[in-house]
Amino acid sequence: MSNSKIQDEAISVDTEKGNFSYPEDYAYDAGVGLSEDTIRYISDVKKEDEWVRDFRLRALEIFNKKDMPTNWATKDLENIHFDKIRYYLSKGQQPSRTWDEVPDDVKETFERLGIPEQERKFLAGVEAQFDSEAAYSRMKEDLEKEGVIFVGSSEGLEKYPEIFRPYFGKVIPSTDNKFAALNSATFSGGSFIYIPKGVKLKQPLQAYFRINAENFGQFERTLIIADEDSEITYMEGCTAPKFETATLHSAVVELVALKNAKIQYITVQNWSSNVFNLVTKRGMADEGAEVKWIDCNIGSRLTMKYPGVVLKGRGARGEVLSIALANNGQHQDTGAKMIHLADDTTSNIISKSISIGEGRSTYRGQVHMPKHLKNCKNNTECDALLINTNSRTDTYPAITTRGQNNTVQHEASVSKVSAEQIFYMMQRGLSEGEAMSLAVNGFVNELLKAFPMEYSVELKRLIDMEMEGSVG
Amino acid sequence: MTSLSENIMNKPANTAAEPIWLTERRAAGLAQYQTLPPPALNDELWRFASVGRLKIDDYAPTGAPSPANAKALLDRSDLVSERAGRSVHADDHSLCFEGLSEELIAKGVLYLPIADALKAHPDLMEQYFLKTTTELGSDKFFGLHAASIRAGTLLYIPKGVEIEQPLVNYYWTSAQGTAVFPHTLIIAEDNAKASVVDIFSSETKENEALNIAVSNLHAATGAKVFRKVVQDWNKQTTSFQLDTTIAGRDAQVKNLAVNIGSERARYENQTRIEGPGADVKMYSITVAEDNQEFDQRTFQTHNAPNAVSDLLYKNALLDQSRTIFSGLIKVAEGAQQTDAYQTNRNLLLDPTAEANALPGLEILANDVRCSHGATTGNLDADELFYMMQRGIPRRTAMQLMVFGFFEEVIEKVDNEELAENLRQLIHKKFEAKIA
Repeated sequence: MSNSKIQDEAISVDTEKGNFSYPEDYAYDAGVGLSEDTIRYISDVKKEDEWVRDFRLRALEIFNKKDMPTNWATKDLENIHFDKIRYYLSKGQQPSRTWDEVPDDVKETFERLGIPEQERKFLAGVEAQFDSEAAYSRMKEDLEKEGVIFVGSSEGLEKYPEIFRPYFGKVIPSTDNKFAALNSATFSGGSFIYIPKGVKLKQPLQAYFRINAENFGQFERTLIIADEDSEITYMEGCTAPKFETATLHSAVVELVALKNAKIQYITVQNWSSNVFNLVTKRGMADEGAEVKWIDCNIGSRLTMKYPGVVLKGRGARGEVLSIALANNGQHQDTGAKMIHLADDTTSNIISKSISIGEGRSTYRGQVHMPKHLKNCKNNTECDALLINTNSRTDTYPAITTRGQNNTVQHEASVSKVSAEQIFYMMQRGLSEGEAMSLAVNGFVNELLKAFPMEYSVELKRLIDMEMEGSVG
Repeated sequence: MTSLSENIMNKPANTAAEPIWLTERRAAGLAQYQTLPPPALNDELWRFASVGRLKIDDYAPTGAPSPANAKALLDRSDLVSERAGRSVHADDHSLCFEGLSEELIAKGVLYLPIADALKAHPDLMEQYFLKTTTELGSDKFFGLHAASIRAGTLLYIPKGVEIEQPLVNYYWTSAQGTAVFPHTLIIAEDNAKASVVDIFSSETKENEALNIAVSNLHAATGAKVFRKVVQDWNKQTTSFQLDTTIAGRDAQVKNLAVNIGSERARYENQTRIEGPGADVKMYSITVAEDNQEFDQRTFQTHNAPNAVSDLLYKNALLDQSRTIFSGLIKVAEGAQQTDAYQTNRNLLLDPTAEANALPGLEILANDVRCSHGATTGNLDADELFYMMQRGIPRRTAMQLMVFGFFEEVIEKVDNEELAENLRQLIHKKFEAKIA
């Protein structure tokens, strides 16, 4: 990227806040391409135990064997060139605990993203990931006292193997899909969290992370274990600076909610429109537990993300609330999976998508009640809003039901903003663009309420920004 | 008995002198059948279906039934008595074509066996015969049909001609291990009106059979066509039905399918709307029991604006049966003001039955009203309780509710005698189970 380009974008930083980057001077760099050597290099740099290295190498084998899922997914996946991607970069720094230890340019990046401010406000702990490694990590002392563990993936596996190893790669095995295998082979960064029995976090934990190197895949790995009767809300927000060539982001997020635990996982994603965002997210809910995914996808070239809940214990609950916004050149291929494996389990999916210009949004869902279960319920609603004449939306749910007294209902609708609504608002003095923005915000309003206040304010602003220039 | 593959290789179905275009279409079909791979597990268009169970070479075309047999089948072809015409086929041999009035013949209506139509109206047949198929994954089987088709019906209704009573086609299987390829071609010209009933039945409960049926319906401007299909094969039958409807401007088409029989039945039904103002309805009811598998794939394609399509598929499942409903609505770019709806309701009457629903939408125009809904559940406990409170025994109440579930579709049949016969067919199947 030329200097003048950086200049241009620095000026417009207020309106497009993810759109800036800093010189790259990485202390460790695994080079371009993917081979066993790359994996060994990553493992060496991280000084990992033998079992972690073996896990990575096995995953690489699986990755090489698996086909792309193009028998059902978009052919755009074929444009990912795995041999041109950098799989690991690091400043070579340990995750730092105090703000002073954080390098200046990293600080500056976070300053722009507003992290210190947010922390001052209400955050219990911040795990900010700059490229591969956590650059800044701190928790409030009282959380530590309660025994909450909130660390990066490497630190988690090294320091607390007795806690994390039993669940690591169990909710999403490396064999799950090609990109889960890729992540399992190359993962770095992400958050490993353990909430002890009975601990109920009143405030959410939050991680901000960004992609900052051209051609650089980011493969963070998150594992959250909520022990019996505990509660946690975790938030991740992503903004990525714009680059000329496609960037791959392929995360794996595993949630484990033990008996009567509650996990709420909130994502707000605003990738730049050259990012392939191929993420596997799944939660396991034990007896009486609840796993809730709240997911907002804006930006990226192609997002494929289907948060799922395996309802393993009696009375478990699963929920996915998602908003997707696809603009020109973007394909939001999102959805949800609910796998019912016990009696009295309930699940709820609400998905709203907005397609602008030639944007395409796709809902793919799976609801599975494969066994002789009793009293399970699923409700799925997906609504699509099409803004322009050439906008596109698809819906592909798959529902399998067996058993006694189970109820499954799925409804989908497609609509546009009505001319009357726009006319009415314009009569009241709004411009057509403002009216459209208002109507779109109204369409997702019900879901926006599910987000914490800061996020819903930011989301409304993001939607307004995306709607700019879509009419007229 | 030679196997089906050997049969079509060595003894092409076109033993009679057939036009060159037909020979070519048959050859193309055969090539398609031979080169395309069989359905595989990871094939989206066959998702959830039990692929690989079909052994096509267990079947072969068979000879005509004995006169006594034929007589018995003719007598049993009586589901609709008030009709404009009737055809009866057994094992792909035409037993009768009768009843078309002199008046309709004079008006130019054609109601003929496919073989006769090929001789008498080659131009018409070249334009329509074996030209259309579904895009739902069965190209291989359409190829086999094209290579093998011997029997079927042409119904041609000229411009402005209206036929009030239905034309009723019976397709029977009789001989053990027979392979049949029934074909119904309906061409309704501008403002023509007709209704057709296709009935598929087996002579006994035991005769094993393979059915690969194709139906192509062309409704030109303002045409009104109502096609009803009753699939009542025995449970030793493997059945494929590949049905298409092409609707022109302001055409009104209704498709109604009643699915009762077969061990494994794949029903593909595709509607292509090519003219604005068209209105196409697709209804289906299915009763699945024992180890039956009903694999239903539908496709509503809107290529023209201002048109309506509406689909309602209702399935009731007993025992270890399975149903798959996979429906897709596709609204092409520029097909604005489209109203397209799709509803699938599954009633699980036994905990071991399995209903799969894949209701899909692909929308490329913004000014549309499209929705789909799929529900799966058991009989409503409150409703059952209410009836039992009123003194109705539990089993009777359950029957009433199941019949009520189907009545929504049955009442659209628009022919009281046929509707009643269909009720009997369904009730018969249920009474043994719920009683």
